[in-house]
Amino acid sequence: MPTLKIDGKDIAVPAGTSIIEAAKKAGTFIPHYCYHPGLSVAGNCRMCLVEVEKSPKLQISCFIPVADGMVVHTENDRVKEAREAVLEFLLVNHPLDCPVCDQSGECELQNYYMNYGLYESRLFEDKVKKEKVVPIGPTVMLDGERCVLCSRCVRFCDEVTGTHEMGIVNRGDHAEITVAPGKELDNAYSGNTVDICPVGALTDRDFRFKCRVWFLEKTSSICPGCSRGCNIEIHWNKERPYQTPNERVMRLKPRVNPEVNQWWICDEGRYNYHFIDQNRVLYPMKNNGKDLVQASWQEVMEEGSWVMKELQNTAVIVSTDVTLEDLWIAKELFIHKLGIQTIAYLPTKKSGEEDHLLRKSDKTPNTKGAQALGFEAKANEIFSLAEAGKIKTLILFGHNLIDLLGKERAQKIAEKVDSMVWIGSNQHEGMNLAKWIIPSSVYAEKDGTFMNYEGRVQRIFKAFPALGESKAEWQILKEWAQHIGINLPYENSSVIFEKMVQAESAFNGMSYQKLGEEGVLLNDSKDEGRGTMDDGRKKHVL
Amino acid sequence: MSACPKILSQHFDVPNAHKIEVYCSRGGYTSARKVLTEMGAEQVIEEVKKSNLRGLGGAGFPTGMKWGFIPRQSKKPCYVVINADEGEPGTFKDRYILCLDPHALIEGVIIACFAVKSHKAFIYIRGEYVEPVRIFRGAVEEAYEKGFLGKGIFGTDYSLDLIIHVGAGAYICGEETALLDSLEGKKGFPRLKPPFPAVKGLFNSPTVINNVETLACVPHIINKGAEWFSKLGCEKNGGTRLYSVSGHVKKPGLYELPLGTSLKEIIYEHAGGIRQDLILKAVIPGGISSSILKANEIDIRMDFNSLAAAGTMLGSAGIMVMDETTCMVKALLVATRFFAHESCGQCSPCREGTGWILKIVERIWEGKGRPQDLDNLIDISQNIEGNTICAFGDAAASPVISYIKKFRGEFEHHIKTGSCDLVEAALK
Repeated sequence: MPTLKIDGKDIAVPAGTSIIEAAKKAGTFIPHYCYHPGLSVAGNCRMCLVEVEKSPKLQISCFIPVADGMVVHTENDRVKEAREAVLEFLLVNHPLDCPVCDQSGECELQNYYMNYGLYESRLFEDKVKKEKVVPIGPTVMLDGERCVLCSRCVRFCDEVTGTHEMGIVNRGDHAEITVAPGKELDNAYSGNTVDICPVGALTDRDFRFKCRVWFLEKTSSICPGCSRGCNIEIHWNKERPYQTPNERVMRLKPRVNPEVNQWWICDEGRYNYHFIDQNRVLYPMKNNGKDLVQASWQEVMEEGSWVMKELQNTAVIVSTDVTLEDLWIAKELFIHKLGIQTIAYLPTKKSGEEDHLLRKSDKTPNTKGAQALGFEAKANEIFSLAEAGKIKTLILFGHNLIDLLGKERAQKIAEKVDSMVWIGSNQHEGMNLAKWIIPSSVYAEKDGTFMNYEGRVQRIFKAFPALGESKAEWQILKEWAQHIGINLPYENSSVIFEKMVQAESAFNGMSYQKLGEEGVLLNDSKDEGRGTMDDGRKKHVL
Repeated sequence: MSACPKILSQHFDVPNAHKIEVYCSRGGYTSARKVLTEMGAEQVIEEVKKSNLRGLGGAGFPTGMKWGFIPRQSKKPCYVVINADEGEPGTFKDRYILCLDPHALIEGVIIACFAVKSHKAFIYIRGEYVEPVRIFRGAVEEAYEKGFLGKGIFGTDYSLDLIIHVGAGAYICGEETALLDSLEGKKGFPRLKPPFPAVKGLFNSPTVINNVETLACVPHIINKGAEWFSKLGCEKNGGTRLYSVSGHVKKPGLYELPLGTSLKEIIYEHAGGIRQDLILKAVIPGGISSSILKANEIDIRMDFNSLAAAGTMLGSAGIMVMDETTCMVKALLVATRFFAHESCGQCSPCREGTGWILKIVERIWEGKGRPQDLDNLIDISQNIEGNTICAFGDAAASPVISYIKKFRGEFEHHIKTGSCDLVEAALK
């Protein structure tokens, strides 16, 4: 392994590592715009220039691989001057419209100016004018004047999605990024171009002007949009909720996990957050034969002693939207304590599009988890039994029977079942078939874990309190259990997880702490394909 | 006056020199025939190495060495690319070869391709060269008809195709890696190096890129021997040079002279001196990218090393002569306008810097200069210099720095008075 000296500090890194990555390992940040570890090296911004001893010119640290005995300076006067000069060049034609720029607060021009600039302006000339507020696709807005031509977005569309919508036209200081004639930036991953844009050139049409970024609170989570389990951050408005009444979540951003999603998330997942704040079931309800009317928790818990009465005729269908902890409590209660055999799992969403990059056809986050805990995919058997009148009580977890089975069959089942209990978070037509409605919280409101399609267990974190009277599924089940005299002595998801690990051999060796940032794979999950994308491309390793 | 051995320009005065019959009647294609039938590839490369032929596009890299970099065993095809994107202001030598001796170039291409075992060559000709393209295309067709290009050349089993590609008018496409991008159908952006084209060039394959003048020398080296060729020049610089002389001289034009001929001799003897016998003010020795020389600096040998020692470069040997009527502010305005217009826009210092410089120089020219502008211009140029992907940034910086440093008084006067009355006063 080559050993080099960066700012006086010795560091050994694998051969082929770039100076910028070696510096990162040595704890030295080298400012950059065009470099992105997930894309090819363009070397055009020149912000990452460093001095390499024995090289007459400054070298771009994103491009130059380390060599044994190399001596690099990233902070000497020559480097600082070059950095300041590059920054000055980048601002020559920049409109400096920060007060009305949505990137403000997370803009690398602002950050680097404060860190490496702070010079007196010596610009007296008119700036080059370019088009502003250009919708280049359904999700992205382009401002040509703010662009630093780093070409990250162009390379993303060329190298990651392979859709080639974007390019650079014109020369010199009239160069600008644009979409190909007659094309739109309309691929399944378009939102990532906004994430990787280091300045305010590309902004998210969904997020624009909703909230200043410094008011955002950030919570790590896992995208519940499909079984990939992409690592995300939930950005929510903590400081000024009055700006956006009844809306807490402002946007979702990808969180780097080289083993799962690298730097990216799909648009389907990215914009799939409105359900957190909209159309929620806020309180328990009961069907009075005509309508659903509000009920109290007490009522639901006490009158819901149905489970006790008709045990042999009770069926449970859990969903794959809920956490492993929710599922394991369901298993404890329904299977171990109550001995119910008619229990199955069923995703609440129909399968959808899958591609070579991230998107999986299973649009729920925890199917593999339900399988790992031994739930079977025999919901259809249960529905047939229900149709035949052999099920008295049917417990559903958010499922929309009308959507899944069609109106006719759903209604028939509802008629044949004495009491249908529906535990869910968001309202839909199918909910009206139930006798009892119990409001549950959504993933952003709870701690827990999901298991992705390859058997990777990853943590989600509670961003904010559950809306209305809703509660996590495991809590609901625990309270029920109490009402029928069963004690499930678990106070939080970490305790449940530890219990689950003890009880389920497949989870051997796991612990809440060990899951860490990248998650942990289930013991028996296959090793094949690890380290490569679905299309066989090598994964970038950070 | 030096004795002028005519090599590259020996056919220029012959009527119909561009026709293949005329070229063949004067011994044309005998060296290519000799190479293909009697010599081995390594032998050819050795001969070119011995000749001390250096790249005549501007950089002066030893040609034989460049050919030697091509991997001997490559799974990928190897390409030879001829850079005929002659766009350097003040330079018009390749144009003469394309028009007046195209077969010498084709013959040089055949030899080069044979030496590096390439079967496909591309010539990238500047888009504005409408007439040269027409003539060269005719010559290529003739060569195909004669069997000098195509399959089984000279009865051997060697075959070669030469493809003509006409550029679309970007100066940067004369930079060899931008040329490759352009040839591949992309926007002409210089590439990061390494890898160098010899390893990963056109379509990711090993590629030799040579200038027109360079390859036109090759048949003569084969014909008359490496030793003869190397003796024509000076140390480590074989052969002669085509000097494009333009500007305020009595006889502007193309002069074939030995490398190392004195600049003074070229201007005052070959080009006939300054028009109307006015006083010489400044000379650009190697195309617009080279630093300017003052009148008292022209007693200098025109070779790579002497000019480098004087802080400028031989470059494309495009000599631009300016007499005392020239306003240096205007001269710099023209140069900066060119570089601002031609910067490809890929890397930040050059993209933003060239435009910024132009705006300042424009402002000075319009009489709105400020005292700090000159230092700023030099500082901005120095911030571009050495910090860009390709040599364009250095090229754009050198006129600004050299014009201002050498004619600072005139610039200051222009800023102070807002006019060129200094030039006018000198003429009275």
